Amino acid sequence: MYSKKVIEEFSNPHNVGVIEDADGVGEIGSTVDGDIINISIKVKDDVIEDIKFKTFGCVVAISTSSAVTRLAKGKNVDEALELANEDVLEALGGLPEGKDKCSGFALDALKLAIEDYQEKNK
Amino acid sequence: MDHSATTPVDPLVVDAMLPYFSEMFGNSSSLHSFGMEAAEALARAREQVAEAIGASPEEIIFTSGGTESDNLAIRGVIPHDAGKKHIITSVIEHPAVLNTCAFLESMGHDITYVPVDADGIIDLQELKGSIRDDTVLISVMHANNEVGTIQPIEEIAKIAKENDIYFHTDAVQTVGKVPVNVDDLGVDMLSISSHKIHGPKGAGALYVRKGTVIEPIVFGGNHERGLRSGTENIPGIVGLGKAMSLASELLGTDAKHMQEMRDSLISRVFDALPDVRLNGHPTQRLPNNVNLSFKYVEGESMLMMLDMKGIAVSTGSACSSKSMNASHVLTSLKLEDDYIHGSLRISLGKENTMEDVDYVVESLKEIVLKLREMSPLSNS
Repeated sequence: MYSKKVIEEFSNPHNVGVIEDADGVGEIGSTVDGDIINISIKVKDDVIEDIKFKTFGCVVAISTSSAVTRLAKGKNVDEALELANEDVLEALGGLPEGKDKCSGFALDALKLAIEDYQEKNK
Repeated sequence: MDHSATTPVDPLVVDAMLPYFSEMFGNSSSLHSFGMEAAEALARAREQVAEAIGASPEEIIFTSGGTESDNLAIRGVIPHDAGKKHIITSVIEHPAVLNTCAFLESMGHDITYVPVDADGIIDLQELKGSIRDDTVLISVMHANNEVGTIQPIEEIAKIAKENDIYFHTDAVQTVGKVPVNVDDLGVDMLSISSHKIHGPKGAGALYVRKGTVIEPIVFGGNHERGLRSGTENIPGIVGLGKAMSLASELLGTDAKHMQEMRDSLISRVFDALPDVRLNGHPTQRLPNNVNLSFKYVEGESMLMMLDMKGIAVSTGSACSSKSMNASHVLTSLKLEDDYIHGSLRISLGKENTMEDVDYVVESLKEIVLKLREMSPLSNS
C-alpha cells in the first residue's frame, strides 16, 4: 500500500523534536481531527538553519512531516514557502489514493511556522 | 495476532477437504454414485455443525459465510409482500448486519439501533422499550468482533420470546471460543463462519430453528430446503463441518489457553506503559480479544510498526484524508478523543504461545514509546 520511501521515512523519521528557542512555531490540528503536527524552525539570515517536528498521527502524517522538514532545511524562507504538495509526494515516491492530499497538512504547519517567524521579525 | 480477521486452515480440516476436490467431485443433486458421495458428505457436515451447536441437522442451512448468513436471517424473515416491518439491532453490529438493515431501511422498513454502554453491552431497557407491534426481528451479535464484548444473549432471547419476535445472533466470533448452544442461548437463528474457526473461506451456515418462517434471498434449484439455492460448495462445507467438530471438541483447552494469553498480555501492557485503556468489557469478553487504546499515539502508526516486526494486528482508528474516522464500535463506546485514535485490536489464536505474547508486549512497549517521543501530545 505504501511506497518503500514512505515506509523508510516513517520508520526512520528525520528531525524529530522541538527547538526550544525557536524563531517560528507552527501547529495544526486537534485531537478531535486526529492529526496534530508541530513544526519549529531556527532561522538565520532568512535561511532555515534547523527544523524539527512532532507529530501525532498516521503513517502519512509522520512521513510527510519528516519529508517536509528535510525539504525545508537549508532553504530560504521564501523558497520554503513555495514548497508544494507535489514536492512532498515526489520525495515520498507518491502516496496511496485517498491519502495523497494529506501531505498538505505538514506543509500547512511549515507555513504557519514561517509566518510566525516573519510576524516576529517584521 | 489478528485471528478475529481470519485464521489458518487446520491441517486436519485440509485433509478432510482434499478428497472432495477431484476424487469425489460429485454434485449432491445427481442421482448416480458420484452424487451420492457428495450428498453423504453434505449430510455428515450438516450433522457435525448441528452437533457442535446443539441443533438438529435439518436446522442447518449452508451458506457462503457469515455475511450471507446474516443477510439471509435478516432479509429472510421479512416476507416480500408484508408491508412495512420493524427490526431491532444494536449500534455495534458487524457491517453484514448494519448494511443489510440500512438496505431494508431504504426499502421502507424501520430499524431501531439500540445503543450500548461504555463496555459495549447493549442497553436492555432501550431494547425492550423499542419493541413495537410490527417488530419481526431482533438481531444482536453474540460477541463484538472489535472489542470482544459478549452480549447477554439469553436475556435478549427471553425478551424476544415474551414478545413473540424472532431473535437472530451473529456468532461468527464466539464459535470455538465460548460455548455456543442454540437452546441454552435461546436463539431462533445463528450465523456461523468457517474461516474464523480454522476452516476454509467461502463457507458458513445459518442455524434456523424449526418452525421459523423464513424466505430465501437466493433463488434457483431449491438446494438447502429451498432457502439457499446453488450447487453446494462441498469441499468448503466438509471443511466447515470438520472445523466445527474440532472447535467444539477443543473448546475447553483452546479457550483456556487463549484466555491465559489474553490476561497476561493485558496486565503486562498495563505494567509496561502508562496511559493505556482496555476497550470493551473487562470480563464479559472473548477469550482471545485484546483491544487497547494508547494515549498520544495513533492506531495506524502502531499497526505499521508492529507489522515491520512481523506482528499483524488491526485498528479501529483508521485515518482518511485529514480527519481520522474511528470505527462505529469505538465511537459507540464513547471513548474520549485522547483514546479513540490510538486503538489496537490484538486477537489471539490457539496456535499462539506465551513466547508470542512476550514478543508482542516487548514490541508494543518499544513502539509506543518511540511514537510518544514523536508526539506533540506527550511530555516524554
